[in-house]
Amino acid sequence: MGDHHHGPAKGLSRWLYTTNHKDIGTMYLWFSFAMFLLGGAFAMVIRAELFQPGMQLVEPGFFNQMTTLHGLVMVFGAIMPSFVGLANWLIPMMIGAPDMALPRMNNWSFWILPPAFLMLASTLLMEGGAPAFGWTFYAPLSTTYAPPSVTFFIFAIHILGVSSIMGSINIIATVMNMRAPGMTYMKMPLFVWTWLITAFLLVAVMPVLAGAVTMMLMDIHFGTSFFSAAGGGDPVLFQHIFWFFGHPEVYIIILPAFGVISQIIPAFSRKPLFGYASMVYATAAIAFLSFIVWAHHMYTVGMPVAGELFFMYATMLIAVPTGVKVFNWVTTMWRGALTFETPMLFSIGFLVLFTIGGFTGLMLSIAPADFQYHDTYFVVAHFHYVMVAGAVFSMTAAIYFWLPKWTGRMYDETMGKVHFWISFIGFNITFFPQHFVGLAGMPRRIPDYALQFADFNMMSSIGAFIYGASQLLFLYNVIAAIVAGKRVSDEKVWDGAEGLEWTLPSPPPYHTFETPPKIEEQPAH
Amino acid sequence: MLNARALAAAALLPLSANAQNQVNMSTGVSDAGAVITELGVEIYDLHMLIFWICVVIGVGVFGVMLYSIYAHRKSKGVEPAQFHEHTGVEIAWTVVPFLILIGMAVPATSTLLEVYDNDDAEMSILITGYQWKWKYEYLDADGENVSFFSNLATSQEEIYNTDNKGENYLLEVDEPLVIPVDTKVRFLITANDVIHSWWVPEVAVKRDAIPGFINEAWTRVLQEGVYRGQCTELCGAYHGFMPIEVHVVSRDEFDSWMAAKQGAAAADAALAAQQLSFDELYARGEDVYNASCLACHGANGEGGLGNAIAGSTIATGGLDSHLSVIVNGVAGTAMQAFGAQLSEVDVAAVTTYQRNAFGNNTGDVVQASDVVSYKEG
Repeated sequence: MGDHHHGPAKGLSRWLYTTNHKDIGTMYLWFSFAMFLLGGAFAMVIRAELFQPGMQLVEPGFFNQMTTLHGLVMVFGAIMPSFVGLANWLIPMMIGAPDMALPRMNNWSFWILPPAFLMLASTLLMEGGAPAFGWTFYAPLSTTYAPPSVTFFIFAIHILGVSSIMGSINIIATVMNMRAPGMTYMKMPLFVWTWLITAFLLVAVMPVLAGAVTMMLMDIHFGTSFFSAAGGGDPVLFQHIFWFFGHPEVYIIILPAFGVISQIIPAFSRKPLFGYASMVYATAAIAFLSFIVWAHHMYTVGMPVAGELFFMYATMLIAVPTGVKVFNWVTTMWRGALTFETPMLFSIGFLVLFTIGGFTGLMLSIAPADFQYHDTYFVVAHFHYVMVAGAVFSMTAAIYFWLPKWTGRMYDETMGKVHFWISFIGFNITFFPQHFVGLAGMPRRIPDYALQFADFNMMSSIGAFIYGASQLLFLYNVIAAIVAGKRVSDEKVWDGAEGLEWTLPSPPPYHTFETPPKIEEQPAH
Repeated sequence: MLNARALAAAALLPLSANAQNQVNMSTGVSDAGAVITELGVEIYDLHMLIFWICVVIGVGVFGVMLYSIYAHRKSKGVEPAQFHEHTGVEIAWTVVPFLILIGMAVPATSTLLEVYDNDDAEMSILITGYQWKWKYEYLDADGENVSFFSNLATSQEEIYNTDNKGENYLLEVDEPLVIPVDTKVRFLITANDVIHSWWVPEVAVKRDAIPGFINEAWTRVLQEGVYRGQCTELCGAYHGFMPIEVHVVSRDEFDSWMAAKQGAAAADAALAAQQLSFDELYARGEDVYNASCLACHGANGEGGLGNAIAGSTIATGGLDSHLSVIVNGVAGTAMQAFGAQLSEVDVAAVTTYQRNAFGNNTGDVVQASDVVSYKEG
């Protein structure tokens, strides 16, 4: 190798100063896994308290801090950064680019995250406790009635937003400018497509979230009344602004997951993805619709009936492109030659459970029925089927799928399969009964509950402990693979995998595609 | 703590232990088969319609997938097909779901319009959410408006596991909302502090209570009985402890209940003009304390979410500053202005109680007339 092939710097400075997309991707992934364990620990406290009726372990106020931090850490600390990490690792390798377009900004967008979460976590130690108003932080509970730590929470949200916006700009710039010659838009792997669209969503809505928290800051410290009726404001305005961010946010989380599944299912079906073009159009349609459905989170606030009808119809429409995606994945499997390695198992788990989450989503879209579902455990079950079995399962599949490529070492397949089955079963024991208690009338975010909900809650808690513990197995498997996994000699690792990243050695050298690859005639997806 | 019995019970997954593990939405029909609310039945039917459509689609999608997993596995030596698009099929599975959605939207729209039909109500009740209780005010009752607060009736001992939990644990209140059967009742729903949400599943009413705004909802309950619900919008520490209890009674029973309520209000007003003994005030004050103060200030005045009352400089210091805190609340904290929530007698009683209980033996007796003159400044 000539001396123009620089390796990484040594020691801590490699990680602090790095502008290498692989290093930054790695840091994002480890950081998000640490946050996943932290958010998971909060969830364990919640489920332990809900193990049986009565207050046992924590006080109601602390319970609310746990539900709030669980949601914030999982959404902003675990799921979102994990997909940014995946994008960093994969997008340049998938489009034949040497790195991200804006490598220094890339370093910065990662390194502002750890201090932000350190600050958010430190609110637990502050007087008055951590934020206790739910991850949706509805005013005025989060303004007039909030603990003093809310100011730190607002600052943390601002930093996360800055990080996300910088990451998104980087992804847009990379995809638009750095594709290898011949890599046309309609040849890009679906993962790149879903991330491109996600990045536009992020750039559009993160400033809206920043606006919402800034208005809170003004209300709390500078005497404004954006969200206080007593001063001429409106608490419901907060909800409109929050969900104008919050609904696209849901798709920000799930679209990259769609991209991952669209890479993995064809690989283990040994058959091209069915309906590539319609997948792209469906993704764009979902992204567009995500901007005009936000008030379906607010059916009970007392909107005029015309508004209610509009948001109901628009929300129902999302079932169409989402259905197209599910049908395409199933048809990709149809008459393939299937094998069931761990990434495929998690992808099939995703397909089944995400579809169930989609069904409950359709039920929730029906406004008059939502008057009975709203803010109950039915909703909690619904969004965990989408967030955990959707986003987290697909992320897990992605790690197993690309880990051998990244590290040049194979994970333990048996342990991976065990991890899948424990996760799958544990997940369903946790969240399936929550549909029942929700329909039977259990509100969400309560630290204690009426006796008729006791059995299903106990079941749910047991499932949560199983699911939580199984993630330690995952951690062990990944570390064992990195340290002592069997070496992978093949570039392709998986015989059915397609795409430019599989033309590189395993592990890929520190710098890849310094000269652009030649794109063959056959589409890269 | 997680005791051994609970763990043993967990090991057995005691699904049989509780016969009433409800797995579905309230049907809107009583156990005896009588309709509770027509709207509730309609919403339940709509819910089940969408559910069954989802089941049918699910069986189709998962069926194809499972068949594929079974039949199209590499270990069976199949050669993978290479088809990757089919315009006709793709158009079909875009258009057909769209048509199914239209089929769902039609009944959903008609039900929604009924939910919003607040006209022609026979009586109106103003519901106000407070941290952490509900206030009910009957607006168009004959004579004076009747209003009262409805607090959680479950004891702290039950909640903290030192006493057995009753059948209606966390779903019972000291004073329920009482409405007449087969009467269209309009609810005007608002809040005093943060957002709450008033929900009674069997009656199929859920509406957010938003400070500064008034929402409308309605019901016509066809069966006498007791219906229970809870606050469904996170409203602070004790969000899980502000239940709703609705008693639906016959018209006659309602009228006599209303008359009794009006009589009690008059008696309270009369009481305010009298001088009560220390013991009367202390005993009444203890009840008021347990209903209104205990959640934040503790069973022994030791504090918690709120400051300690035992030995506090406010409760043992000057009377005016003590009354100021109780009557006007403390701005920027969870301490509410109880002057608007409690009668003068009750304020006097709870002030007397706080100044003499928990070792605060000041010996002070506060009369309703003191509260009236404090309020008048």
